[in-house]
Amino acid sequence: MKTNTRLTLGITILAIFILGSLILPFFTKVNPTAQGTYWKSLPVSAKHPLGTNSLGQDIMWIIIFAVRNSLLLGVTVSIFVNIISVVVGLTAGYSSGWVDRVIMVVTDSFIVIPTLPILIVLAALIKGSTSFVTIGVILVIFGWAWGARTIRSMALTLREREFISMARFSGMNHFEIIFKEIFPYVYTYGIVGFINTILYAINTEAGLAVIGLSNLSVPTLGSALYWALNYNAMMTKQYTWIMAPVVATVLLFMGLFLTSTGYNDLFATRRGRS
Amino acid sequence: MITTVLKTEHLNKEYSLGSLFRRIKINALDDVNLEVKSEQPVIISLVGESGSGKTTLAKVLLRLLQPNSGDAVVYDRIIAGEGAVKKKAAFLKSVQPIFQNPFEAFSSYRPVDAYLQTTAMRVGKLTRSESVEVMTTALNAVGLKYADVRGKYPNQFSGGELQRVSVARALIPRPNMIIADEPVSMIDASMRMNVVNLFLSLKQEYQTSFLYITHDLATAYYISDYVAVMYRGCIVEFGAARDILTSPGHPYTRLLLDSIPTITMKWDRKGFASSDIETKEFRFQGCKFYNRCPLAQSICTEKRPAPVKKGDGREVYCYFA
Amino acid sequence: MIKLTNLSANYTTVRGTVTAVNNVNLEIPDGITLGIAGESGCGKTTLLKVIYGDIGFPLSIESGSVDYGLTDEYDELITTYNIQKHWFHRITYIPQGSMSSLNPVVRINAQFFDFIKSRSQRRRMLEEVREYVKGLGLPPEAIDAYPHQLSGGMRQRVMVAMASFLKPDLILADEPTTALDVVVQKGILLLLMDLQEQMKSTILFVSHDMGVHYQISHKMFIMYAAKGVEYGDSKNVFERPLHPYTRLLTESLPTIGDAHLRKGVAGRPPSLWEKLIGCRFADRCPYVTEYCRTDEPAFTEYRPGHFAACHYSERFL
Repeated sequence: MKTNTRLTLGITILAIFILGSLILPFFTKVNPTAQGTYWKSLPVSAKHPLGTNSLGQDIMWIIIFAVRNSLLLGVTVSIFVNIISVVVGLTAGYSSGWVDRVIMVVTDSFIVIPTLPILIVLAALIKGSTSFVTIGVILVIFGWAWGARTIRSMALTLREREFISMARFSGMNHFEIIFKEIFPYVYTYGIVGFINTILYAINTEAGLAVIGLSNLSVPTLGSALYWALNYNAMMTKQYTWIMAPVVATVLLFMGLFLTSTGYNDLFATRRGRS
Repeated sequence: MITTVLKTEHLNKEYSLGSLFRRIKINALDDVNLEVKSEQPVIISLVGESGSGKTTLAKVLLRLLQPNSGDAVVYDRIIAGEGAVKKKAAFLKSVQPIFQNPFEAFSSYRPVDAYLQTTAMRVGKLTRSESVEVMTTALNAVGLKYADVRGKYPNQFSGGELQRVSVARALIPRPNMIIADEPVSMIDASMRMNVVNLFLSLKQEYQTSFLYITHDLATAYYISDYVAVMYRGCIVEFGAARDILTSPGHPYTRLLLDSIPTITMKWDRKGFASSDIETKEFRFQGCKFYNRCPLAQSICTEKRPAPVKKGDGREVYCYFA
Repeated sequence: MIKLTNLSANYTTVRGTVTAVNNVNLEIPDGITLGIAGESGCGKTTLLKVIYGDIGFPLSIESGSVDYGLTDEYDELITTYNIQKHWFHRITYIPQGSMSSLNPVVRINAQFFDFIKSRSQRRRMLEEVREYVKGLGLPPEAIDAYPHQLSGGMRQRVMVAMASFLKPDLILADEPTTALDVVVQKGILLLLMDLQEQMKSTILFVSHDMGVHYQISHKMFIMYAAKGVEYGDSKNVFERPLHPYTRLLTESLPTIGDAHLRKGVAGRPPSLWEKLIGCRFADRCPYVTEYCRTDEPAFTEYRPGHFAACHYSERFL
């Protein structure tokens, strides 16, 4: 069955990445970002499965830490973003009236503000010394609005359905209705949204890092790419150095995407099965 | 002890239609006056076609809509309009609904008995263990067993069964009146009688009155004590069901009865005046049935006819009753 | 004469294959209205689709055939596989929900003949259509309106106009009045009856409402759980039904003026996913015997032109 293959494949990839990046770091005592740890520009070998780069760092360890940090960032940002957008979206959609309107004005302002230019300006002001946490906070601030709007539209349509009236006549109060009746319908979107936000977070951070506006001392997929570009890895034929973060990013994204769409399909078919 | 089972006084509900530039107001409910007093529980049918206002009336009584003016009383309690009882708990014990589409009435994510349990615990103010007993009784009353229903999701039932679960849920708080909005129109004709017969038996067993909203006059005839015929937001005839449906007083009632496809008599193929919803008809000052009425005369265009009380107690809103 | 011979049709789904129409044999004479009745899920809509030739994944004909008894302008027989060419000309379809069949953002006149290529021809035909719809109780302006500007009843009349304008041999109507009010329904049914008498087309009318069938159908075909259970002239099927299901169907309907106790048909049809042995109506039949559960009754002609799939129909003769 097609859906399950997709989901299984996605989850497998993610499992490898997640487990790998969480467990493996315990197996090295070396700080991967410390420069000059090894001989420079070593080719692929048993000791250095991806070789080393011009800074004397082991590429494989950089990637492992990078994946871990990117994932941690992505998941943390996603959790916060989703909590905020679900709460805001459900409240706005269910309340309607002036509560809804006020919330939507705020949400729409956030949607309309162009994220990237502001991030660039912000990061340029605090160039290089941005703490990782600050980046995370910024990503959350710019990330919640779109999801809130989507969830609000779902809540709006659901509100009119008869089972909500039924719930009211069963004596449920508003909060119970929001969380027991409306939320389950929104929840399937939530899972997909969660994974997509991870993508968004990792992506945006990588984008910032590549132009040098993130915290470059912390290894992430973006910063790994930055250093490779900065040192002209392409020109100096150090292909593993530049391809490693690219391939890792692509694979990670594929894993996330497959899991997200696989789950979507699974939910769509599962609902209503006896 | 005689109670006012249902009473509406000058109930009005307006809707605004149209585009930004031309807004027309139509009266979905236009000065609706009804009164049913009885000692015993009764089944009142509200019949009419689409746009008659019957669903709007149900929604106003269920507080899903606010009337623009007028009020409504159910079992001596004001439930809509000015002075309506504020406390939700009191209201939920007065009226409970049954909706048209049984599959829409339940969330696909929750097992149907969850609704029954919530009703028992919240409205009935029972504990979890007490609620099981009440649920079992209610389900038995509709011909279902708790063991068969427990833990199942809406899509595991047929329309008829699910509607019966809906009825069971509505029974739990022992409401004074159950308002059923087209409860059988989405169920196959062969299974409709199961649910309809249920209303009859529950009226006796649970001493509950029913407001049965339908466009199916045959089932209305079968179970109702009273019937109110509505057209474009107005009541056109109201009284004892058997009398009205066997010898209609108002020309519209007669038209409705003639249009039912029965298996006892073939239709007369000639002279059939059918028209569809026109917003013009809603805003007409006189009798709204004027355009289609075989008895129409100029007096009908001036003012809406006042109800004429006939010998058998019915009210007919026609100048020629 | 339309002949259905051992017709079976399947739906292929993720869960497996389900036979929605199982071994139907029928001979439908031309120029009459055949009413197809049964509850939801009995297969009547699938049967209609198969006869219309609208078969594409997941619906497929598993066995049997449909003979239309019609030839095209080249004297070739019209079959299930070339019938698509004749849609809207020789065979038309009136669907249940007109709102979902008409494109809401396009005026009706643009949807009327989208299968005719030539513009001038289309314009000419639309002129004729405007004249035509007057006879159907529609103002000619209705053709130039958007679907949402018309009421449900008027839209359905437009669908009837589309389906009858080219004087087809066969009109298939799938519950065309189910969503309409009684008064509007009567108007459309009377219209269909008039049209049928004028054009002498054959109409296959699907509905679960026996009252409607009584009024308009000349012959009746009752289906249950994908099988045909009774077929005959309406008069006979209503007055002296041979199959217990038909009896229950007609007896369960309340009528005005008659207040004696009616009972619905208890239970529900068997799930088509399971392997079914014997008569499919056995669980709900008041006359069931052990024999019924093991032996599936054949569709037998108990009276001339009156068929039933029951072992004990003789007692009802």
